[in-house]
Amino acid sequence: MRITKEEVLNVAHLARLDIEDAAVDAFAGQISKILDYIDQLNQVNTQGVFPTCHAISLTNAFRDDVERPHLDRGAALANAPERADGNFIVPRVIG
Amino acid sequence: MKLHELTIVEAGKLLTEKQISSRELVTAVFDRIAQVEDRVGAFITLCREGALSQAAAADARIAAGDATPLTGIPLSIKDLICTEGVRTTCGSKILTDFIPPYDATVMQKLKQAGAVMVGKVNMDEFAMGSSTENSAFKLTRNPWDLARIPGGSSGGSAASVAADMCLGSLGSDTGGSIRQPASHCGVVGLKPTYGRVSRYGLVAYASSLDQIGPLGKTVMDCALLLNAIAGYDPSDSTSVPQAVPDYTAVCESGLSGITIGLPEEYYRVAGLDAAVAEAVQAAVQKIEQLGAKTISVSLPHTAYAVAAYYVVASAEASSNLARYDGVKYGFRDSGHSELLEMYKSTRSKGFGPEVQRRIIIGTYALSAGYYDAYYGKASQVRTLIQQDFKKAFEHCDVIVSPVAPSPAFKIGEKSHDPLAMYLSDILTLSANLAGIPGMSVPCGFSSEGLPIGLQLLGNHFNEESLFKVGFNFEQSADVRFKKPTL
Repeated sequence: MRITKEEVLNVAHLARLDIEDAAVDAFAGQISKILDYIDQLNQVNTQGVFPTCHAISLTNAFRDDVERPHLDRGAALANAPERADGNFIVPRVIG
Repeated sequence: MKLHELTIVEAGKLLTEKQISSRELVTAVFDRIAQVEDRVGAFITLCREGALSQAAAADARIAAGDATPLTGIPLSIKDLICTEGVRTTCGSKILTDFIPPYDATVMQKLKQAGAVMVGKVNMDEFAMGSSTENSAFKLTRNPWDLARIPGGSSGGSAASVAADMCLGSLGSDTGGSIRQPASHCGVVGLKPTYGRVSRYGLVAYASSLDQIGPLGKTVMDCALLLNAIAGYDPSDSTSVPQAVPDYTAVCESGLSGITIGLPEEYYRVAGLDAAVAEAVQAAVQKIEQLGAKTISVSLPHTAYAVAAYYVVASAEASSNLARYDGVKYGFRDSGHSELLEMYKSTRSKGFGPEVQRRIIIGTYALSAGYYDAYYGKASQVRTLIQQDFKKAFEHCDVIVSPVAPSPAFKIGEKSHDPLAMYLSDILTLSANLAGIPGMSVPCGFSSEGLPIGLQLLGNHFNEESLFKVGFNFEQSADVRFKKPTL
């Protein structure tokens, strides 16, 4: 297997995902197959080729630093699963 | 006259001549939805009340002589375009109850034009998929054969247009998600040049590849839709400040002087169906008869497009989807006393398997020690793919090929083999890597009666050539007169 169960679990942790035990093997198998397929990129000689991160090259898009209207606090909070006193409520952060 | 079967051009004429009202048109569309939607399953959310009030406003506007070509026209919208006050799920459990507090720029533009929103349509979760089977909500079926997929990820858009449940739709295309479902459902679909249409308010999947575009019954209808949504937007720093031509104006000019490039690699892909090859070949001959010249071109890095795409798209997705953490909006798995537990549980329960798979591949590809080997390498191959197109467009105006190697496959046929599903996108995703525009135009049917699409690719900001070739071909072929029987 190209990617081990432990690696899948480690990457899942980095991505803040909990993969169920029953699903880890299937994921490792599928992802290994995909990574093997991706390996064919190594057949391409890319020496000295500049990487493209953006298909259309634009230079920096600047705008004037002016005040503009923005969402009001109620609207910004309206979709929060838990909110109180104009804040987002989350479980304990520091143990 | 069946009002729901009208094109946007036809309906617009009847509306401005006051032979029909938008209210009648919208009512006819909802009657049609009542008849066929339980079999097709294109919609996640229907907006009957909102649509009727938009229709009334449109009728008032038409009476006042203030109509645009889209005033009073009922459209469906892919459920990843933010609509103020109307839930926008992105096909995901994690956004089941998300009600955007603002409109995407394209929605602001459609509202200003007086268009009517019928509802929000189904899609693969976060636009990740080629069959709409990855939706957390429902299956959408192909109106031409209910046992088959409509394509994806804009499957609801394509199916709703093909089944006459709207007159046009907006979808999004990250690797073929407008063109492939358009091809499978026998409608026209256009992915504009990257930066042609604002992405502000489009839920992000892979930001350097995503682009919103129209699906319609005809090429001219898509031109009208693109006219309305294209243009620079200060809210999207990747939109390009370039004038928007009238895309309808170029349609009717002929094809003499146009050179069509036929990429040999696209006609040699594994699994290219004989019926697809035949229909595309016949279409190319037709385009030659209309006055265009054809030449052979080469896109030598085609074989690497799928691999490069899945690295780039997954990497960007893993970063974009980090925002779904159960805090600001969307689903939260409650009952956890620790923040980290809450994040993990929320994301694992909120995202479906394909989304989780791509987040893991993307996170892996971006992680320490692997970045150069995967993301760096894929970004370099992306440059080579872009250069292939650049060279090809030195010799031709439009590249013509199939959209997908085969017609629509059966529901469930590929859902257990992610790689097989990825490989079916080989002919469309290079355009996203290169940022060029692409159109799918219906060009024939398989022996089973399944639609086949013709792909037209153009150079950056050369949508006009696609409209010109697409329109002339469409008018010369009789494919457009055929409708699915539902």
